[in-house]
Amino acid sequence: MTVTQTTDLLLEASGIAKTYGAVVALKSASLAVRPGEVHALMGANGAGKSTLVKILTGAVRPDSGTISVRGKPRVAHSPADARRGGIVSVYQEPALIPDLDVRSNLRLTETPLPNFRHWLDELGINGLDLGRLVREVPLATQRVIDLARALAIEPDVLMLDEMTAALPANLTERVLEVIGRQRGGDRSVIFISHRMIEIAAVCDRATVLREGETVGVVDVTPGSEERIVELMLGDIVQSMPGASRTAQDRNGAEPRLVVRDLTARTKLQGVSFELHPGEVLGVVALEGQGQDELFDILAGSDRPSGGEVRVDGKPVSFRHPADAIRAGLVYVAADRAEALLPQRSVRENIALPFVTRVRRWGPINLGREGKAVKGAIETLQIDTRAAREVRRLSGGNQQKVTIARWVASGIRTMLCFDPTRGIDIRTKNQIYVLLRDLAAEGAAVLIYTSELKEIQLVCDRVIVIFGGRVVGELDAANADEPALLRAAYNLKSDALMPEEIAAEVVAEAAAAAHPETDQ
Amino acid sequence: MRAVGVAEDRNPWLTAAAWRSLFRDRPVIPLLALLGLLVILFELGPSNVSSAWAGGVFRAAVPLAILAGCQTLAMLTGGIDLSVGAIASASGFVVATLVGTTGLPAAIVIVLVAAGVAGLVNGIGVGVFKVHPLIMTLGMSLVVLGLANVWQVQRVQTGAGVPPAFRTLGSDVFLTVIPYSLIVFVPVALLILLGLRRTGFGRLLYAIGDNPIAARLSGARSWQVILVLYVISAVLAGIAGFLIAGLTNVASVTLADSYVLPSVAAAVIGGTSIMGGRGGFGGTIVGALILTVITSLLSALGYPEAVRQILFGAIIVAVAAAYTRVTAES
Repeated sequence: MTVTQTTDLLLEASGIAKTYGAVVALKSASLAVRPGEVHALMGANGAGKSTLVKILTGAVRPDSGTISVRGKPRVAHSPADARRGGIVSVYQEPALIPDLDVRSNLRLTETPLPNFRHWLDELGINGLDLGRLVREVPLATQRVIDLARALAIEPDVLMLDEMTAALPANLTERVLEVIGRQRGGDRSVIFISHRMIEIAAVCDRATVLREGETVGVVDVTPGSEERIVELMLGDIVQSMPGASRTAQDRNGAEPRLVVRDLTARTKLQGVSFELHPGEVLGVVALEGQGQDELFDILAGSDRPSGGEVRVDGKPVSFRHPADAIRAGLVYVAADRAEALLPQRSVRENIALPFVTRVRRWGPINLGREGKAVKGAIETLQIDTRAAREVRRLSGGNQQKVTIARWVASGIRTMLCFDPTRGIDIRTKNQIYVLLRDLAAEGAAVLIYTSELKEIQLVCDRVIVIFGGRVVGELDAANADEPALLRAAYNLKSDALMPEEIAAEVVAEAAAAAHPETDQ
Repeated sequence: MRAVGVAEDRNPWLTAAAWRSLFRDRPVIPLLALLGLLVILFELGPSNVSSAWAGGVFRAAVPLAILAGCQTLAMLTGGIDLSVGAIASASGFVVATLVGTTGLPAAIVIVLVAAGVAGLVNGIGVGVFKVHPLIMTLGMSLVVLGLANVWQVQRVQTGAGVPPAFRTLGSDVFLTVIPYSLIVFVPVALLILLGLRRTGFGRLLYAIGDNPIAARLSGARSWQVILVLYVISAVLAGIAGFLIAGLTNVASVTLADSYVLPSVAAAVIGGTSIMGGRGGFGGTIVGALILTVITSLLSALGYPEAVRQILFGAIIVAVAAAYTRVTAES
């Protein structure tokens, strides 16, 4: 690349490499961002995307490579350094101090208040009391505050790392709209998201990483999604399980799990459903409709205030996750940080449930344990190069470890809460295949997912929860994204509206249902 | 223990990660430090460095290593046991006062059961009522000291004498270097070492210290583990108390108080993380030896106690800082 080209770019990184011990996170990554564009950074979780982000924001030092901003070479030694150099990032989790009020949080970063107000308005949050403690502000609003704060500083490069992943749909729309308006100016946005639809909506170009290397830069146009996916996947395109499944013949078979009129304070208001052996039942809901409470209750982490749960016909009442596990309900948590022992080996992580009961506290049969662990590692195709410490594995591999733990001891009923959030497409596909295999072997799976297209890939049937109630049940064959989205917003599925109008209506409906996110 | 399916493609000894994990998983650094100390000792040390001196060092290191074992177990779960000093002192003292009336075996059983009860209360406080272990065990050490004082007043007429069997066990050495206390220490050490590596209970100690939420979600009831942990710790402290009484030939209610901080220091030097989830007893034993050798060296060179205290403090801080760097994420 010649010098004249370099000066046209707002941000240029080239030849970036970084290894963590034996694990090569980045081999040779490059990224060139033009002024005034929204640039997508795409790649599977093992691809080195998060490492590149950390290097750009100064959180991690690269082993080699150069970074320049507006043609001048720069090395950021810390996130504060990067911020002064004009690179500001916003992550999925808001970087706000919960015990300070909003105003003090803004002061910490010397945010100009009028600017902040302006962007907050733009993002659709009106009348926020700056004197409120951050911990008292709803999480979705906190995320928007974090974004408004970043916009208010008017950085050269704004980096949004999975910022929309945990936002409710109506706020995501506003965020995308605001980001879209950044185009054409002097500043740029680096946008990271697993949702292709968001990339298509706001991005001009996309840089694709695979296995630590930049494998392509794509102009985002209608139809370019295919090209991006191709680049991300490389040669390995796993075949997906068939989308249409015939309904299981379950005459006479006792349901594995029966939930009747389950209530939990105000969050769940009489949820009922059945889960049969050999079935994958999907749960679809917008953020905060009671699905968290449902899974916590079934996993033994929370207790219902009313209703009944029956496992294999017997009523159960769980006081501890151990009770649920004993009854055959195993739980794959959404948050890997909750499920893993970061400093322990893959083996100890997978074998953890083996030893939890007091009668298993004695000497471990290492041979038998090793065999069970090995079997689970092979089933899930876990990359064990960094097996001594789970925290050194990639996100996708970590997620596989959390599932392998239950596979190793044999699964009767598995509860998965958004098991594919924030992991790469390859791993996702492997997990889909695994869930289908488990069902084929007679296990029952209850899966909540925030990615609607997964429903048709893995589920036989889907229930939709809205406002703590089951508002719909669909067979997988009918559960395409539009149908699910309508159901999730509790709209009648026969309502024939143009897509744009439907989107506006649902945004309003969600806002009305959740005044706290929109005050 | 090797993890399953570790596929090290290049020569594993040449990668930074291999070195890091070596330092982290095996007590290599403290072992090197110990060797270094011994070399210094033989080069510049006074002429009384001899096999008898070595026997003395081992003898003094054994009770410290056992108490440091208590800290290792507690620290693996992210806890700490500051009551070991008071429990050890009281155990040594009470046995000395009881031995005349009940005989030695009965006295030992009574005292270890009492120690176990103190540990049980620690465990209930930490595990069930979620009192911070620092506060819980500090409070317990005061309670035990108070009870021992009450006992002292009650028993003032009978008088106390350290049982001769303890004196042999604590102070005597055979073949000039091997202390009799190894008869107690070797089985205790083997139990802890194997218990940590090869039992479900050991795995759970690491799991709870590394991530209590993950342990819970996997079905572990951490209060059960914590309860048993503090009982074990208190019983070990009682055993260490017998050895200390035998070593010093003194039965006093504050006998082992000066061991508390060195026992934490020995575990830290040995590479056990005070945040939990990482470490082991092998390093702790080396840590106890290092501290004992330093103490012996300083007193042989005629330095006052104050120098030892300053040095110990400095070593703990330096070692903790060094381990943080060695085992850091990046």
